[in-house]
Amino acid sequence: MSAPTAKGVLTTPIFKNNPIALQILGICSALAVTSSMSVSLVMSLAVIFVTAFSNFFVSLIRHHIPSSIRIIVQMTIIASLVIVVDQILKAYAYEMSKQLSVFVGLIITNCIVMGRAEGFAMTNSPGLSFLDGVGNGIGYGFILMTVGFFRELFGSGSVFGFTVLEPVATGGWYVPNGLMLLPPSAFFIIGFIIWGLRAINPEQVEENEFEMKANTQPKEAV
Amino acid sequence: MAQSNNSIKKILTVAFALCIVCSIIVSTAAVALRAKQQLNQELDRKTNILNVAGLYEPGDDVAERFQQVTPKVVNLRTGEYTDEFDPNKYSGFEAARDPAQSRTLSGERDIAGLSRQENYSTVYLVGDPQNPEQLILPIRGQGLWGLMRGYLAVEGDGNTIVGITYYSHSETPGLGAKVDTPRWKAKWDGKKIYGEGGDTDPEIGLVKGGADAKTEVDALSGATLTSNGVSNMLEFWLGPQGFGKYLAKFRSGIDQEAVKTVSIDEPEGA
Repeated sequence: MSAPTAKGVLTTPIFKNNPIALQILGICSALAVTSSMSVSLVMSLAVIFVTAFSNFFVSLIRHHIPSSIRIIVQMTIIASLVIVVDQILKAYAYEMSKQLSVFVGLIITNCIVMGRAEGFAMTNSPGLSFLDGVGNGIGYGFILMTVGFFRELFGSGSVFGFTVLEPVATGGWYVPNGLMLLPPSAFFIIGFIIWGLRAINPEQVEENEFEMKANTQPKEAV
Repeated sequence: MAQSNNSIKKILTVAFALCIVCSIIVSTAAVALRAKQQLNQELDRKTNILNVAGLYEPGDDVAERFQQVTPKVVNLRTGEYTDEFDPNKYSGFEAARDPAQSRTLSGERDIAGLSRQENYSTVYLVGDPQNPEQLILPIRGQGLWGLMRGYLAVEGDGNTIVGITYYSHSETPGLGAKVDTPRWKAKWDGKKIYGEGGDTDPEIGLVKGGADAKTEVDALSGATLTSNGVSNMLEFWLGPQGFGKYLAKFRSGIDQEAVKTVSIDEPEGA
């Protein structure tokens, strides 16, 4: 891999190297907070903020981090940022923070944040690390918003809270799909997104770990 | 570089400096934003109370609207008001965790699945506190997945329901979570808590299919356990262990003496 460029670190995580779709990280929160688009958006912004600044600060002090406690140092920085985000949400977006509840706090354990801090920020300059954090946050947000769009549209018939498909409950024709409001539906949608991305970029397809043998012939069984 | 970074002195210095810096940032954020957060929580609680009483439209000034509401602390055992606590600060939910201010519930007495119940609870009176138009009672109990917390608004006659709302629950989206939909909540308007007889046993409850009687509300389809939870918590909070005695004072045409003789089994250690 050549030296990372500003444009490269910002754009590759969106389609080419998406943290959710290719690295399969951060699935937990992608299942939990995507039942509506506005919640997904706030969660994405929170994650973009945290990955960007945790990368920045880790990179800033990377020459002084003792390797024996580097994970703890990274976690401390990430945790502090997440608490700040949580406090800000509680003060300025109370309704939203109620809906996100524990999942803002769980950004701390989001593998994307930790992965970027350890994998990129420890070896690159602060500016580039910051952009890498923004890029990965956007990649995460892109999947979240896509999943949120389908779940909200088919689960409650609306987009960003505006009714598109009038549900039966309010006198319309659309019967909302209850499964879409439950977290497992995000598995299906993320699966379809991964399928789509790998159909476009075949190099993302992983090699089979096992080779399937041909069926046993009746002759061999005897 | 790596060598010097890994000396014990360096490790301790980095760890210590980082902790100091991070704790300053975190505590600054927490302290600076606390006032704003408490205001939000307060506003949220008041909005819920106004909502259940049907006094709130989106965009209204909550603080101004809330002026017509008077909080009071009620002794659940006697049904009388008390001045022992500041009604603006007292929280029955928190008191229930304090053994000195609550009692244990178990077995048949604990139909709402609470384990502990506070001795005093806050009620909200709409209009003139002497002769209120509406009484707003906090209710809570186990649903299918966890504790459901809400308010029940009752008219000044202590019997007719105005509305119910749940502001905190973890019921299944699309099924049990319909306790929070306007369509279902609208079914409660005008229902009666108690039957014709003058006792403190509430008759209100959810029934499957065809809720005709004044004391019946349609259960949520596909959410039997949530519906049972709602029924049980109403039976608990509106019965003699909950606000039964308090509400009896507002009900006319019931024998006040008879109410007083309805005995509650004194729980051990109460």
